[in-house]
Amino acid sequence: MAGATVKPTPLLKDELDIVIPTIRNLDFLEMWRPFFEQYHLIIVQDGDPSKIIKVPEGFDYELYNRNDINRILGPKASCISFKDSACRCFGYMVSKKKYIYTIDDDCFVAKDPSGKDINALEQHIKNLLCPSTPHFFNTLYDPYREGADFVRGYPFSLREGVPTAVSHGLWLNIPDYDAPTQLVKPRERNTRYVDAVLTIPKGTIFPMCGMNLAFNRDLIGPAMYFGLMGDGQPIGRYDDMWAGWCTKVICDHLGLGVKTGLPYIWHSKASNPFVNLKKEYKGIFWQEEIIPFFQSVNLSKECTTVQHCYIELAKQVKDKLSQVDPYFTKLADAMVTWIEAWDELNPSGDDSAKPANGTAK
Amino acid sequence: MSQISINHDEVDIVIGALQLDLKSFMEEWRPVFSLFHLIIVKDPDLKGELEIPAGFNFDLYTKSDIDGVVGSSSNAISFSGYSCRYFGYLMSRKKYIISIDDDCIPARDSAGNFVDAVSQHITNLSTPATPFFFNTLYDPFCKGADFVRGYPFSLRSGVDCGLSCGLWLNLADLDAPTQALKPELRNTRYVDAVLTVPARTMMPVSGINISFNRELVGPALLPAFRLAKEGNLRWETVEDIWTGMCVKVVCDQLRLGVKSGLPYVWRKERGDAIESLKKEWEGVKLMEDVVPFFQSLRLSTSAATAEDCLSEIAAVVKEQLAPANPVFARAAETMVEWVKLWKRVQTQ
Repeated sequence: MAGATVKPTPLLKDELDIVIPTIRNLDFLEMWRPFFEQYHLIIVQDGDPSKIIKVPEGFDYELYNRNDINRILGPKASCISFKDSACRCFGYMVSKKKYIYTIDDDCFVAKDPSGKDINALEQHIKNLLCPSTPHFFNTLYDPYREGADFVRGYPFSLREGVPTAVSHGLWLNIPDYDAPTQLVKPRERNTRYVDAVLTIPKGTIFPMCGMNLAFNRDLIGPAMYFGLMGDGQPIGRYDDMWAGWCTKVICDHLGLGVKTGLPYIWHSKASNPFVNLKKEYKGIFWQEEIIPFFQSVNLSKECTTVQHCYIELAKQVKDKLSQVDPYFTKLADAMVTWIEAWDELNPSGDDSAKPANGTAK
Repeated sequence: MSQISINHDEVDIVIGALQLDLKSFMEEWRPVFSLFHLIIVKDPDLKGELEIPAGFNFDLYTKSDIDGVVGSSSNAISFSGYSCRYFGYLMSRKKYIISIDDDCIPARDSAGNFVDAVSQHITNLSTPATPFFFNTLYDPFCKGADFVRGYPFSLRSGVDCGLSCGLWLNLADLDAPTQALKPELRNTRYVDAVLTVPARTMMPVSGINISFNRELVGPALLPAFRLAKEGNLRWETVEDIWTGMCVKVVCDQLRLGVKSGLPYVWRKERGDAIESLKKEWEGVKLMEDVVPFFQSLRLSTSAATAEDCLSEIAAVVKEQLAPANPVFARAAETMVEWVKLWKRVQTQ
């Protein structure tokens, strides 16, 4: 049964890295200072490596530009996107921490309906530290939150839940719409504060947005590859989507949970919808094939680690999606390269290869 | 909440009366209920006259009406207690049915506004559902929201909504052990969302505050699952949980949607969780078998109507669950009788 007492949320300041991709500057960190200052930042600088990115005083950080990525990964650097925020996944790979929080540099602190600043990181930590319930839907949303519980009819055998691998936060103000929707509704703003966290049920995939995202790197890190986007690639703005679909399929297979809902951040910048349309255009057609693919993916019982699952997934991508476009052959290869690079930087005996519950479902 | 113009002739509000004095319940709901036709069904075990205030347009059914219509099926189907409302569903000829327990009054939202639960239910039922892919901004058809980036365009027209499950402020629908353990727990969180429960995901549907499209799923709302010691408090029943799972399986099969979330109602105190606990935890234990059963249930492709689906479900229940417990055998029989009854009554 869900706990009744409210315990303070641990900071996890030595167990969590904040990964931020940027191409411009990090002024937005000033607003986040009260919430982020105690954490280590991993900044992945996209674009021109000769540009100096100014990090506000007082933050503890490591910064990687393209030269660093090439130096560290050598030929395997080909799997890391250039001129796209997908490069952020390099930060996940080099991190040595258990948890990652990633946020975009145009995301600011939001206010809850009472006017109070939302500590997004604290809510993500709460989400990650308490179980998920993917096996049966709880109509009162997250049963572990204060003031909530499992409803009548919820089997007791399922009330322990499963470990939470991903916490997907949302955005007030500029919503995460695709280009066609942005073009049709340029003025629409998300003003609805939905006070819920919920587990996305097993067997259901979702569009994961990388703007305000946290995950347990030990449990699911290798699945968080943000694909081949940007420079030299036929597609953009599908990096987080791709990672989300792969991650959810693997979480379902390994018995891990994915949550969505709180916390909200304030998304301040609407990117240019015409630029977005050019980037997304192929994705809009391709997603019609990609979604059924992921919905019917079956991973074999022998896949008991994230890396195994991911490699098998890459094979299936190559087999089944290459007919959609040769891009998917390249992507499948890059997925394998990613895992090789991950394992090189995170040798086994290290936490990242730990299976969740030991048995694949 | 989008403004839908409601054709009041398409709606029946069905009230199962488990207490004689309906005055305060109906006065609280007067601003809303007075605009619609009501079907009030008196629990056949309840003795005495119902007290119903003036100014409502309603039809009242009592034990004698039930016996008259149900006739020889009355052996298999019991309409006592919470199950009395199903007789109301049987009698209705409307497209939408809304049903709210008689211990619930209108809630207020976070801004203090009166929540018109009926209007929200109708909005839920008359706008599309999206069971085939999860939208992280919840209901995309709500004003101020839409489908997010990454949502396939071919899925954006959605499907018809068969069932709308509302929630409860104050006394949430918790089971007796949970409420007994946390007697002070009250639900004060108003979650401003409606979402479609994904296809093939099972959920516990509470009968306290629901609505459905009778034309699409009507027969699936059935009084089949009775506990041996079923009582007159929600803590002592799981009939709605069973029914809800049947409805969800039917909706998944027929490619219809089930929504959950708004509207809220305010649920008042009635009964004592600890007293209910003194009866066996029968319902709680049975869920351990019921949930996995429904989660793995697959119907044949030829089941193309709600009636077909129910007949198939009943057959599988009889085969797989009945041997374990007579409650399941009775449920399977009742389901078969109900489908016959439904067909007979609907064609009259």
